[in-house]
Amino acid sequence: MRRVREEFLRHREASVLVVALGLGLYFMSVTDVFLSAANLVNISQAMAPAAIVACGTVLLLVSGEIDLSVGVVAALAPFMMHYAIDFWGVPAIPAILLALLTGTLIGFGNGFVTVVLRVPSFVTTLGTLYFVTGVVLTTSHAYPAEIPGPVDGAIGAWLGAADWAHLGWALVIVVFLHVVLTRTRWGLHTVAVGGNPLGAAEAGVRTARIKIGNFMIAGTLGAFAGLIEAFRIHTIDPNIGGGTGLMFTAVSAAVIGGTALAGGSGTIVGGALGALVLAVLQNGMNLIGISANPYFLILGLAILVSMIANVYLTRLRRAGRT
Amino acid sequence: MTPVLQMERVAKRFGAVTALREVNLNLAAGEVLGLIGDNGAGKSTLVKLLCGFHQPDSGHILLDGEEVTLKSVRQARALGIDIVYQDLALINELSVYHNMFLGREHVGFARLLSNRRMRGLAREHLDAMGVRIPSVDVEVAKLSGGQRQAIAVARSVYSRSRILLLDEPLAAMGAKEGALILDLVRDLKARGEVSIVIIAHNYAQILDVCDRVNLLQHGTITFDKPTAETSLQELTDLVVAEYRKARTRGGSP
Repeated sequence: MRRVREEFLRHREASVLVVALGLGLYFMSVTDVFLSAANLVNISQAMAPAAIVACGTVLLLVSGEIDLSVGVVAALAPFMMHYAIDFWGVPAIPAILLALLTGTLIGFGNGFVTVVLRVPSFVTTLGTLYFVTGVVLTTSHAYPAEIPGPVDGAIGAWLGAADWAHLGWALVIVVFLHVVLTRTRWGLHTVAVGGNPLGAAEAGVRTARIKIGNFMIAGTLGAFAGLIEAFRIHTIDPNIGGGTGLMFTAVSAAVIGGTALAGGSGTIVGGALGALVLAVLQNGMNLIGISANPYFLILGLAILVSMIANVYLTRLRRAGRT
Repeated sequence: MTPVLQMERVAKRFGAVTALREVNLNLAAGEVLGLIGDNGAGKSTLVKLLCGFHQPDSGHILLDGEEVTLKSVRQARALGIDIVYQDLALINELSVYHNMFLGREHVGFARLLSNRRMRGLAREHLDAMGVRIPSVDVEVAKLSGGQRQAIAVARSVYSRSRILLLDEPLAAMGAKEGALILDLVRDLKARGEVSIVIIAHNYAQILDVCDRVNLLQHGTITFDKPTAETSLQELTDLVVAEYRKARTRGGSP
Protein backbone atom coordinates (compact mmCIF):
# COMPACT_ATOMS: atom_id res chain seq x y z
CA MET A 1 0.00 0.00 0.00
CA ARG A 2 2.81 2.31 0.99
CA ARG A 3 4.59 1.50 -2.28
CA VAL A 4 1.49 2.23 -4.31
CA ARG A 5 1.18 5.55 -2.56
CA GLU A 6 4.80 6.44 -3.22
CA GLU A 7 4.62 5.45 -6.86
CA PHE A 8 1.50 7.56 -7.26
CA LEU A 9 3.29 10.57 -5.79
CA ARG A 10 6.40 10.01 -7.86
CA HIS A 11 4.58 9.90 -11.18
CA ARG A 12 2.26 12.79 -10.81
CA GLU A 13 1.72 13.26 -14.55
CA ALA A 14 0.63 9.67 -14.94
CA SER A 15 -1.82 10.04 -12.10
CA VAL A 16 -3.27 13.23 -13.61
CA LEU A 17 -3.62 11.42 -16.95
CA VAL A 18 -5.44 8.58 -15.18
CA VAL A 19 -7.83 11.11 -13.66
CA ALA A 20 -8.44 12.70 -17.08
CA LEU A 21 -9.06 9.30 -18.71
CA GLY A 22 -11.30 8.22 -15.83
CA LEU A 23 -13.38 11.36 -16.19
CA GLY A 24 -13.53 10.80 -19.95
CA LEU A 25 -14.69 7.19 -19.51
CA TYR A 26 -17.34 8.25 -17.05
CA PHE A 27 -18.75 10.97 -19.30
CA MET A 28 -18.58 8.58 -22.27
CA SER A 29 -20.72 6.08 -20.42
CA VAL A 30 -23.38 8.59 -19.47
CA THR A 31 -23.66 10.48 -22.74
CA ASP A 32 -23.05 9.54 -26.38
CA VAL A 33 -22.29 13.11 -27.35
CA PHE A 34 -19.06 13.19 -25.36
CA LEU A 35 -16.98 11.32 -27.95
CA SER A 36 -18.50 13.04 -31.00
CA ALA A 37 -16.02 14.91 -33.19
CA ALA A 38 -17.71 18.22 -32.50
CA ASN A 39 -17.44 17.76 -28.75
CA LEU A 40 -13.81 16.67 -28.90
CA VAL A 41 -13.13 19.90 -30.77
CA ASN A 42 -14.93 21.75 -27.98
CA ILE A 43 -12.79 20.11 -25.32
CA SER A 44 -9.57 20.79 -27.22
CA GLN A 45 -10.54 24.42 -27.69
CA ALA A 46 -11.36 24.81 -24.02
CA MET A 47 -8.14 23.13 -23.01
CA ALA A 48 -5.65 24.78 -25.37
CA PRO A 49 -5.53 28.39 -24.07
CA ALA A 50 -5.29 27.17 -20.48
CA ALA A 51 -2.60 24.63 -21.40
CA ILE A 52 -0.59 27.22 -23.34
CA VAL A 53 -0.75 29.78 -20.54
CA ALA A 54 -0.05 27.00 -18.02
CA CYS A 55 3.25 26.24 -19.80
CA GLY A 56 4.49 29.76 -19.07
CA THR A 57 3.08 29.61 -15.56
CA VAL A 58 4.89 26.33 -14.86
CA LEU A 59 8.22 27.80 -16.01
CA LEU A 60 7.68 30.80 -13.76
CA LEU A 61 6.53 28.79 -10.75
CA VAL A 62 9.49 26.44 -11.13
CA SER A 63 11.85 29.43 -11.15
CA GLY A 64 10.13 30.69 -8.00
CA GLU A 65 7.90 33.45 -9.41
CA ILE A 66 4.29 33.93 -10.48
CA ASP A 67 2.55 36.05 -13.11
CA LEU A 68 -1.00 37.16 -12.37
CA SER A 69 -1.20 39.33 -15.49
CA VAL A 70 -1.07 36.66 -18.23
CA GLY A 71 -4.86 36.53 -18.54
CA VAL A 72 -5.27 40.23 -19.26
CA VAL A 73 -2.29 40.20 -21.60
CA ALA A 74 -4.42 37.70 -23.54
CA ALA A 75 -7.12 40.38 -23.79
CA LEU A 76 -4.69 43.09 -24.85
CA ALA A 77 -2.87 41.18 -27.62
CA PRO A 78 -5.80 40.88 -30.09
CA PHE A 79 -6.56 44.58 -29.59
CA MET A 80 -2.94 45.43 -30.38
CA MET A 81 -3.33 43.47 -33.63
CA HIS A 82 -6.60 45.30 -34.36
CA TYR A 83 -5.10 48.76 -33.65
CA ALA A 84 -1.99 47.98 -35.70
CA ILE A 85 -3.92 46.86 -38.77
CA ASP A 86 -6.93 49.14 -38.68
CA PHE A 87 -5.43 52.36 -37.27
CA TRP A 88 -1.72 52.27 -38.00
CA GLY A 89 -1.80 50.50 -41.36
CA VAL A 90 0.53 47.67 -40.37
CA PRO A 91 0.38 44.55 -42.61
CA ALA A 92 -1.12 41.33 -41.25
CA ILE A 93 1.92 39.28 -40.20
CA PRO A 94 3.89 42.17 -38.62
CA ALA A 95 0.71 43.15 -36.76
CA ILE A 96 0.42 39.66 -35.28
CA LEU A 97 4.10 39.72 -34.34
CA LEU A 98 3.56 43.13 -32.75
CA ALA A 99 0.69 41.69 -30.69
CA LEU A 100 2.94 38.85 -29.48
CA LEU A 101 5.78 41.28 -28.83
CA THR A 102 3.47 43.31 -26.60
CA GLY A 103 3.13 40.24 -24.39
CA THR A 104 6.89 39.72 -24.43
CA LEU A 105 7.50 43.33 -23.40
CA ILE A 106 4.95 43.21 -20.59
CA GLY A 107 6.71 40.04 -19.42
CA PHE A 108 10.02 41.87 -19.55
CA GLY A 109 8.53 44.71 -17.49
CA ASN A 110 7.24 42.24 -14.90
CA GLY A 111 10.63 40.54 -14.77
CA PHE A 112 12.56 43.79 -14.53
CA VAL A 113 10.46 45.17 -11.66
CA THR A 114 10.59 41.82 -9.86
CA VAL A 115 14.25 40.96 -10.32
CA VAL A 116 16.00 44.32 -10.55
CA LEU A 117 13.75 46.46 -8.36
CA ARG A 118 13.10 43.50 -6.05
CA VAL A 119 9.33 43.76 -5.80
CA PRO A 120 7.76 40.35 -5.10
CA SER A 121 6.31 39.05 -8.36
CA PHE A 122 2.87 38.58 -6.80
CA VAL A 123 2.70 42.33 -6.22
CA THR A 124 4.42 43.35 -9.47
CA THR A 125 2.06 41.34 -11.62
CA LEU A 126 -0.98 42.34 -9.55
CA GLY A 127 -0.14 45.92 -10.51
CA THR A 128 0.35 44.89 -14.15
CA LEU A 129 -2.95 42.99 -14.06
CA TYR A 130 -4.91 46.14 -13.19
CA PHE A 131 -2.81 48.43 -15.37
CA VAL A 132 -3.22 46.28 -18.50
CA THR A 133 -6.94 45.83 -17.76
CA GLY A 134 -7.14 49.62 -17.71
CA VAL A 135 -5.30 49.90 -21.01
CA VAL A 136 -7.64 47.38 -22.67
CA LEU A 137 -10.84 48.98 -21.37
CA THR A 138 -9.75 52.57 -22.02
CA THR A 139 -8.46 52.06 -25.55
CA SER A 140 -11.35 49.81 -26.60
CA HIS A 141 -14.00 51.81 -24.70
CA ALA A 142 -14.96 48.38 -23.39
CA TYR A 143 -16.49 47.48 -26.78
CA PRO A 144 -15.60 44.43 -28.84
CA ALA A 145 -14.09 44.90 -32.31
CA GLU A 146 -14.25 42.83 -35.46
CA ILE A 147 -11.40 40.69 -36.72
CA PRO A 148 -9.55 42.95 -39.23
CA GLY A 149 -9.98 41.97 -42.91
CA PRO A 150 -6.33 41.18 -43.72
CA VAL A 151 -6.15 38.44 -41.05
CA ASP A 152 -9.68 37.15 -41.48
CA GLY A 153 -8.96 34.23 -43.78
CA ALA A 154 -6.15 31.72 -44.04
CA ILE A 155 -4.15 33.41 -41.29
CA GLY A 156 -7.15 33.39 -38.98
CA ALA A 157 -7.85 29.73 -39.75
CA TRP A 158 -4.27 28.75 -38.92
CA LEU A 159 -4.36 30.82 -35.77
CA GLY A 160 -7.49 29.38 -34.22
CA ALA A 161 -10.53 29.64 -36.47
CA ALA A 162 -10.00 26.09 -37.84
CA ASP A 163 -11.35 23.23 -35.73
CA TRP A 164 -8.08 21.61 -34.70
CA ALA A 165 -5.81 24.66 -34.76
CA HIS A 166 -6.04 25.05 -30.98
CA LEU A 167 -4.99 21.50 -30.26
CA GLY A 168 -2.15 21.68 -32.80
CA TRP A 169 -0.64 24.81 -31.30
CA ALA A 170 -1.05 23.54 -27.76
CA LEU A 171 0.73 20.27 -28.62
CA VAL A 172 3.59 22.05 -30.39
CA ILE A 173 4.11 24.48 -27.50
CA VAL A 174 3.79 21.81 -24.80
CA VAL A 175 6.27 19.47 -26.50
CA PHE A 176 8.73 22.27 -27.21
CA LEU A 177 8.69 23.71 -23.70
CA HIS A 178 8.77 20.25 -22.14
CA VAL A 179 12.06 19.66 -23.95
CA VAL A 180 13.28 23.11 -22.89
CA LEU A 181 12.51 22.44 -19.23
CA THR A 182 13.90 18.90 -19.08
CA ARG A 183 16.71 18.78 -21.60
CA THR A 184 18.31 22.21 -21.92
CA ARG A 185 20.54 24.47 -19.89
CA TRP A 186 17.72 26.96 -19.67
CA GLY A 187 15.46 24.37 -18.01
CA LEU A 188 18.15 23.14 -15.64
CA HIS A 189 18.94 26.70 -14.61
CA THR A 190 15.23 27.43 -14.16
CA VAL A 191 14.99 24.58 -11.65
CA ALA A 192 18.23 25.68 -9.97
CA VAL A 193 17.08 29.29 -9.58
CA GLY A 194 13.78 28.20 -8.07
CA GLY A 195 15.32 25.54 -5.84
CA ASN A 196 18.19 27.56 -4.39
CA PRO A 197 18.67 31.09 -5.79
CA LEU A 198 21.86 31.78 -3.86
CA GLY A 199 23.41 28.42 -4.63
CA ALA A 200 22.53 28.78 -8.29
CA ALA A 201 24.12 32.23 -8.47
CA GLU A 202 27.19 30.86 -6.67
CA ALA A 203 27.50 28.15 -9.32
CA GLY A 204 27.50 30.77 -12.05
CA VAL A 205 23.85 30.62 -13.13
CA ARG A 206 22.66 34.01 -14.39
CA THR A 207 19.62 34.09 -12.17
CA ALA A 208 18.28 37.49 -13.26
CA ARG A 209 18.39 36.51 -16.92
CA ILE A 210 16.62 33.20 -16.28
CA LYS A 211 13.81 34.79 -14.29
CA ILE A 212 13.26 37.73 -16.65
CA GLY A 213 13.38 35.34 -19.60
CA ASN A 214 10.69 33.16 -18.08
CA PHE A 215 8.49 36.21 -17.47
CA MET A 216 8.94 37.07 -21.16
CA ILE A 217 7.99 33.53 -22.23
CA ALA A 218 4.90 33.66 -20.00
CA GLY A 219 3.88 37.06 -21.40
CA THR A 220 4.32 35.90 -25.00
CA LEU A 221 2.28 32.76 -24.37
CA GLY A 222 -0.46 34.86 -22.76
CA ALA A 223 -0.59 37.05 -25.86
CA PHE A 224 -0.67 33.99 -28.12
CA ALA A 225 -3.51 32.39 -26.15
CA GLY A 226 -5.46 35.65 -26.53
CA LEU A 227 -4.93 35.73 -30.29
CA ILE A 228 -6.13 32.17 -30.91
CA GLU A 229 -9.16 32.81 -28.71
CA ALA A 230 -10.01 35.94 -30.70
CA PHE A 231 -9.84 34.02 -33.97
CA ARG A 232 -11.90 31.15 -32.54
CA ILE A 233 -14.78 33.35 -31.33
CA HIS A 234 -14.24 35.60 -34.37
CA THR A 235 -14.40 38.72 -32.23
CA ILE A 236 -11.83 40.86 -30.49
CA ASP A 237 -13.46 41.02 -27.12
CA PRO A 238 -12.22 42.77 -23.95
CA ASN A 239 -13.50 39.74 -22.04
CA ILE A 240 -11.05 37.32 -23.66
CA GLY A 241 -9.19 35.62 -20.85
CA GLY A 242 -12.09 36.47 -18.53
CA GLY A 243 -10.08 38.98 -16.51
CA THR A 244 -8.38 36.70 -13.98
CA GLY A 245 -10.18 33.57 -15.21
CA LEU A 246 -7.61 32.26 -17.67
CA MET A 247 -4.75 33.04 -15.30
CA PHE A 248 -6.34 31.20 -12.39
CA THR A 249 -7.24 28.25 -14.61
CA ALA A 250 -3.59 28.08 -15.71
CA VAL A 251 -2.30 28.25 -12.13
CA SER A 252 -4.82 25.55 -11.15
CA ALA A 253 -3.70 23.38 -14.06
CA ALA A 254 -0.05 23.81 -13.05
CA VAL A 255 -0.78 22.97 -9.42
CA ILE A 256 -2.96 19.97 -10.26
CA GLY A 257 -0.14 18.84 -12.56
CA GLY A 258 2.23 18.74 -9.60
CA THR A 259 4.06 22.06 -9.76
CA ALA A 260 5.13 23.42 -6.39
CA LEU A 261 4.48 27.10 -5.77
CA ALA A 262 7.68 27.30 -3.75
CA GLY A 263 9.77 26.76 -6.87
CA GLY A 264 12.26 24.11 -7.91
CA SER A 265 9.88 21.45 -9.18
CA GLY A 266 7.14 21.03 -11.73
CA THR A 267 6.57 19.73 -15.24
CA ILE A 268 5.13 21.19 -18.42
CA VAL A 269 3.34 17.94 -19.27
CA GLY A 270 1.75 17.94 -15.81
CA GLY A 271 0.45 21.46 -16.37
CA ALA A 272 -1.00 20.54 -19.77
CA LEU A 273 -2.70 17.45 -18.33
CA GLY A 274 -4.06 19.59 -15.52
CA ALA A 275 -5.61 21.85 -18.16
CA LEU A 276 -7.05 18.74 -19.88
CA VAL A 277 -8.65 17.52 -16.63
CA LEU A 278 -10.28 20.90 -16.06
CA ALA A 279 -11.55 21.09 -19.65
CA VAL A 280 -12.97 17.55 -19.60
CA LEU A 281 -14.61 18.18 -16.24
CA GLN A 282 -16.29 21.39 -17.32
CA ASN A 283 -17.35 20.01 -20.69
CA GLY A 284 -18.73 16.75 -19.26
CA MET A 285 -20.71 18.50 -16.56
CA ASN A 286 -22.18 20.74 -19.23
CA LEU A 287 -23.19 17.74 -21.33
CA ILE A 288 -24.94 15.86 -18.57
CA GLY A 289 -26.78 19.03 -17.61
CA ILE A 290 -25.26 19.76 -14.23
CA SER A 291 -25.15 23.49 -13.66
CA ALA A 292 -21.76 25.15 -13.77
CA ASN A 293 -21.75 25.82 -10.06
CA PRO A 294 -20.53 22.46 -8.69
CA TYR A 295 -17.62 22.73 -11.13
CA PHE A 296 -16.00 25.18 -8.76
CA LEU A 297 -16.62 22.85 -5.84
CA ILE A 298 -14.68 20.13 -7.64
CA LEU A 299 -11.98 22.54 -8.87
CA GLY A 300 -11.43 23.78 -5.33
CA LEU A 301 -11.16 20.26 -3.97
CA ALA A 302 -8.81 19.24 -6.78
CA ILE A 303 -6.46 22.12 -6.00
CA LEU A 304 -6.47 21.38 -2.26
CA VAL A 305 -5.86 17.67 -2.77
CA SER A 306 -3.03 18.40 -5.23
CA MET A 307 -1.33 20.85 -2.90
CA ILE A 308 -1.62 18.49 0.07
CA ALA A 309 -0.09 15.76 -2.09
CA ASN A 310 2.71 18.18 -3.04
CA VAL A 311 3.56 19.03 0.55
CA TYR A 312 3.40 15.34 1.44
CA LEU A 313 5.66 14.45 -1.48
CA THR A 314 8.26 16.99 -0.41
CA ARG A 315 8.23 15.57 3.11
CA LEU A 316 8.54 12.07 1.71
CA ARG A 317 11.57 13.12 -0.32
CA ARG A 318 13.33 14.70 2.62
CA ALA A 319 12.58 11.65 4.74
CA GLY A 320 13.84 9.40 1.94
CA ARG A 321 17.46 10.15 2.86
CA THR A 322 19.55 7.04 3.18
CA MET B 1 59.25 28.70 -2.55
CA THR B 2 56.69 31.44 -3.01
CA PRO B 3 53.44 30.73 -1.15
CA VAL B 4 50.44 30.28 -3.48
CA LEU B 5 48.44 32.73 -1.43
CA GLN B 6 49.57 35.56 0.81
CA MET B 7 47.85 38.29 2.78
CA GLU B 8 50.04 41.27 3.68
CA ARG B 9 48.90 43.71 6.38
CA VAL B 10 45.31 43.31 5.32
CA ALA B 11 42.73 45.39 7.20
CA LYS B 12 38.97 45.57 6.87
CA ARG B 13 36.48 47.79 8.65
CA PHE B 14 32.69 47.89 8.59
CA GLY B 15 31.70 51.39 9.70
CA ALA B 16 32.94 51.75 13.28
CA VAL B 17 33.75 48.06 13.65
CA THR B 18 37.27 46.90 12.85
CA ALA B 19 36.87 43.31 11.66
CA LEU B 20 40.50 42.75 10.64
CA ARG B 21 43.26 44.93 12.10
CA GLU B 22 46.34 43.61 10.38
CA VAL B 23 46.46 40.14 8.95
CA ASN B 24 49.56 38.47 7.57
CA LEU B 25 48.91 34.98 6.25
CA ASN B 26 50.80 32.54 4.07
CA LEU B 27 49.48 29.45 2.37
CA ALA B 28 52.07 27.14 0.79
CA ALA B 29 51.39 25.00 -2.27
CA GLY B 30 49.64 21.78 -1.33
CA GLU B 31 49.31 22.87 2.27
CA VAL B 32 46.28 22.45 4.53
CA LEU B 33 46.00 25.43 6.85
CA GLY B 34 43.67 25.44 9.83
CA LEU B 35 42.26 28.79 10.85
CA ILE B 36 40.82 28.92 14.34
CA GLY B 37 39.56 31.73 16.55
CA ASP B 38 36.73 32.86 18.72
CA ASN B 39 33.41 33.99 17.29
CA GLY B 40 33.88 37.58 16.15
CA ALA B 41 37.65 37.25 15.78
CA GLY B 42 37.29 37.93 12.07
CA LYS B 43 37.45 34.44 10.55
CA SER B 44 34.52 34.85 8.21
CA THR B 45 35.65 38.33 7.18
CA LEU B 46 39.06 36.93 6.32
CA VAL B 47 37.53 34.19 4.20
CA LYS B 48 35.17 36.62 2.52
CA LEU B 49 38.15 38.77 1.50
CA LEU B 50 39.89 35.71 0.03
CA CYS B 51 36.88 34.56 -1.96
CA GLY B 52 36.23 38.02 -3.37
CA PHE B 53 33.00 38.71 -1.51
CA HIS B 54 34.49 41.70 0.37
CA GLN B 55 37.45 43.85 -0.62
CA PRO B 56 40.17 44.90 1.87
CA ASP B 57 40.45 48.57 2.99
CA SER B 58 44.24 48.32 2.99
CA GLY B 59 46.97 45.74 2.52
CA HIS B 60 47.57 43.30 -0.30
CA ILE B 61 46.47 39.85 -1.40
CA LEU B 62 49.06 38.00 -3.46
CA LEU B 63 48.49 34.99 -5.67
CA ASP B 64 51.72 33.19 -6.68
CA GLY B 65 53.62 36.24 -5.44
CA GLU B 66 51.69 38.69 -7.60
CA GLU B 67 49.24 41.17 -6.22
CA VAL B 68 45.59 40.54 -7.19
CA THR B 69 42.41 42.52 -6.65
CA LEU B 70 39.51 40.16 -6.06
CA LYS B 71 36.49 42.14 -7.16
CA SER B 72 33.89 39.38 -7.04
CA VAL B 73 33.35 35.76 -6.09
CA ARG B 74 33.16 34.97 -9.78
CA GLN B 75 36.51 36.59 -10.46
CA ALA B 76 38.18 34.86 -7.51
CA ARG B 77 36.81 31.59 -8.81
CA ALA B 78 38.20 32.29 -12.27
CA LEU B 79 41.61 32.72 -10.63
CA GLY B 80 41.18 29.33 -8.95
CA ILE B 81 40.12 30.41 -5.46
CA ASP B 82 36.85 28.76 -4.49
CA ILE B 83 34.80 28.77 -1.32
CA VAL B 84 32.73 25.75 -0.36
CA TYR B 85 29.82 26.54 1.91
CA GLN B 86 28.23 23.82 3.90
CA ASP B 87 24.72 23.86 2.57
CA LEU B 88 24.27 26.81 0.28
CA ALA B 89 26.08 25.50 -2.72
CA LEU B 90 23.93 22.66 -4.01
CA ILE B 91 20.46 22.54 -5.52
CA ASN B 92 18.39 20.00 -3.59
CA GLU B 93 15.98 19.41 -6.47
CA LEU B 94 18.67 18.44 -8.98
CA SER B 95 20.55 15.18 -9.35
CA VAL B 96 24.13 14.81 -8.18
CA TYR B 97 25.56 14.97 -11.70
CA HIS B 98 23.50 18.02 -12.65
CA ASN B 99 24.81 19.70 -9.52
CA MET B 100 28.36 18.73 -10.44
CA PHE B 101 28.02 20.44 -13.80
CA LEU B 102 25.72 23.32 -12.87
CA GLY B 103 26.85 26.47 -14.65
CA ARG B 104 29.12 24.58 -17.06
CA GLU B 105 26.95 21.85 -18.52
CA HIS B 106 27.97 19.75 -21.48
CA VAL B 107 25.59 20.11 -24.41
CA GLY B 108 25.38 18.22 -27.66
CA PHE B 109 22.99 18.01 -30.60
CA ALA B 110 20.72 21.09 -30.84
CA ARG B 111 22.25 22.33 -27.60
CA LEU B 112 20.43 19.67 -25.63
CA LEU B 113 22.06 18.54 -22.38
CA SER B 114 24.45 15.61 -22.81
CA ASN B 115 23.16 13.85 -19.71
CA ARG B 116 24.89 10.56 -20.46
CA ARG B 117 28.26 12.25 -20.79
CA MET B 118 27.85 14.33 -17.62
CA ARG B 119 26.63 11.27 -15.70
CA GLY B 120 29.68 9.28 -16.74
CA LEU B 121 32.17 12.06 -15.99
CA ALA B 122 30.58 12.74 -12.60
CA ARG B 123 30.72 9.08 -11.63
CA GLU B 124 34.35 8.82 -12.75
CA HIS B 125 35.39 11.92 -10.87
CA LEU B 126 33.57 11.05 -7.63
CA ASP B 127 35.03 7.54 -7.73
CA ALA B 128 38.50 8.94 -8.24
CA MET B 129 38.03 11.18 -5.23
CA GLY B 130 36.67 8.34 -3.13
CA VAL B 131 33.30 10.00 -2.61
CA ARG B 132 30.78 7.24 -2.09
CA ILE B 133 27.12 7.86 -2.90
CA PRO B 134 24.37 5.43 -3.97
CA SER B 135 24.14 6.86 -7.51
CA VAL B 136 24.87 10.08 -9.36
CA ASP B 137 21.21 10.10 -10.42
CA VAL B 138 19.76 10.68 -6.96
CA GLU B 139 18.51 14.08 -5.97
CA VAL B 140 20.89 15.87 -3.66
CA ALA B 141 18.04 16.30 -1.14
CA LYS B 142 18.27 12.58 -0.43
CA LEU B 143 21.93 12.68 0.60
CA SER B 144 23.37 13.27 4.05
CA GLY B 145 25.10 16.51 5.06
CA GLY B 146 28.52 14.90 4.75
CA GLN B 147 27.81 13.50 1.31
CA ARG B 148 26.53 16.87 0.14
CA GLN B 149 29.60 18.62 1.42
CA ALA B 150 31.80 16.03 -0.28
CA ILE B 151 30.00 16.66 -3.56
CA ALA B 152 30.42 20.42 -3.19
CA VAL B 153 34.16 19.92 -2.60
CA ALA B 154 34.41 17.47 -5.50
CA ARG B 155 32.65 19.94 -7.77
CA SER B 156 35.07 22.65 -6.80
CA VAL B 157 38.11 20.46 -7.41
CA TYR B 158 36.65 19.37 -10.73
CA SER B 159 36.39 22.99 -11.84
CA ARG B 160 40.17 23.24 -11.41
CA SER B 161 40.22 25.28 -8.23
CA ARG B 162 43.73 25.57 -6.78
CA ILE B 163 42.78 27.05 -3.46
CA LEU B 164 39.81 25.74 -1.51
CA LEU B 165 38.29 27.66 1.36
CA LEU B 166 36.23 25.38 3.59
CA ASP B 167 34.09 27.46 5.94
CA GLU B 168 33.13 25.39 8.99
CA PRO B 169 32.95 22.17 6.97
CA LEU B 170 32.29 20.07 10.05
CA ALA B 171 29.69 22.20 11.80
CA ALA B 172 26.40 20.45 12.50
CA MET B 173 27.85 17.12 11.41
CA GLY B 174 28.14 13.85 13.29
CA ALA B 175 31.50 12.20 13.96
CA LYS B 176 31.03 9.69 11.14
CA GLU B 177 30.04 12.39 8.67
CA GLY B 178 32.92 14.59 9.76
CA ALA B 179 35.35 11.74 9.24
CA LEU B 180 34.12 11.49 5.65
CA ILE B 181 35.11 15.10 5.00
CA LEU B 182 38.43 14.77 6.79
CA ASP B 183 39.22 11.71 4.68
CA LEU B 184 38.43 13.72 1.59
CA VAL B 185 40.75 16.52 2.71
CA ARG B 186 43.51 13.96 3.37
CA ASP B 187 43.01 12.49 -0.10
CA LEU B 188 43.26 15.94 -1.66
CA LYS B 189 46.41 16.62 0.32
CA ALA B 190 47.96 13.39 -0.91
CA ARG B 191 47.20 14.35 -4.48
CA GLY B 192 48.87 17.71 -3.87
CA GLU B 193 46.89 19.61 -6.49
CA VAL B 194 45.10 22.00 -4.19
CA SER B 195 45.89 24.11 -1.17
CA ILE B 196 43.22 24.29 1.50
CA VAL B 197 42.19 26.71 4.23
CA ILE B 198 39.84 25.15 6.79
CA ILE B 199 37.95 27.29 9.27
CA ALA B 200 36.88 25.23 12.24
CA HIS B 201 35.91 25.15 15.88
CA ASN B 202 36.95 21.60 16.63
CA TYR B 203 40.68 21.78 17.37
CA ALA B 204 41.17 18.03 17.57
CA GLN B 205 39.99 17.61 14.00
CA ILE B 206 42.14 20.54 12.86
CA LEU B 207 45.23 18.94 14.38
CA ASP B 208 44.33 15.67 12.77
CA VAL B 209 44.27 16.94 9.21
CA CYS B 210 46.11 20.28 8.95
CA ASP B 211 49.76 20.99 8.30
CA ARG B 212 49.71 24.30 10.12
CA VAL B 213 47.44 26.19 12.50
CA ASN B 214 46.77 29.92 12.65
CA LEU B 215 44.89 31.53 15.50
CA LEU B 216 43.00 34.72 14.77
CA GLN B 217 42.35 37.04 17.73
CA HIS B 218 40.81 40.48 17.58
CA GLY B 219 41.45 40.91 13.89
CA THR B 220 45.04 39.73 13.75
CA ILE B 221 46.89 36.42 13.65
CA THR B 222 48.54 35.87 17.01
CA PHE B 223 49.71 32.31 16.65
CA ASP B 224 51.21 30.42 13.72
CA LYS B 225 52.79 26.98 14.13
CA PRO B 226 53.05 23.72 12.24
CA THR B 227 50.67 21.16 13.74
CA ALA B 228 53.60 18.90 14.57
CA GLU B 229 54.97 21.54 16.96
CA THR B 230 51.77 22.26 18.83
CA SER B 231 49.18 20.29 20.75
CA LEU B 232 45.53 20.27 21.60
CA GLN B 233 46.54 21.41 25.09
CA GLU B 234 48.42 24.45 23.79
CA LEU B 235 45.57 25.56 21.52
CA THR B 236 43.00 25.11 24.27
CA ASP B 237 45.17 27.05 26.74
CA LEU B 238 45.48 29.95 24.28
CA VAL B 239 41.77 30.20 23.84
CA VAL B 240 40.99 29.76 27.53
CA ALA B 241 43.49 32.51 28.37
CA GLU B 242 41.74 34.82 25.97
CA TYR B 243 38.37 33.93 27.42
CA ARG B 244 39.62 34.70 30.98
CA LYS B 245 41.02 38.05 29.84
CA ALA B 246 37.73 38.95 28.18
CA ARG B 247 35.83 38.02 31.33
CA THR B 248 37.97 40.14 33.65
CA ARG B 249 37.70 43.04 31.24
CA GLY B 250 33.98 42.64 30.93
CA GLY B 251 33.56 42.12 34.70
CA SER B 252 35.52 45.15 35.93
CA PRO B 253 33.57 48.38 36.28
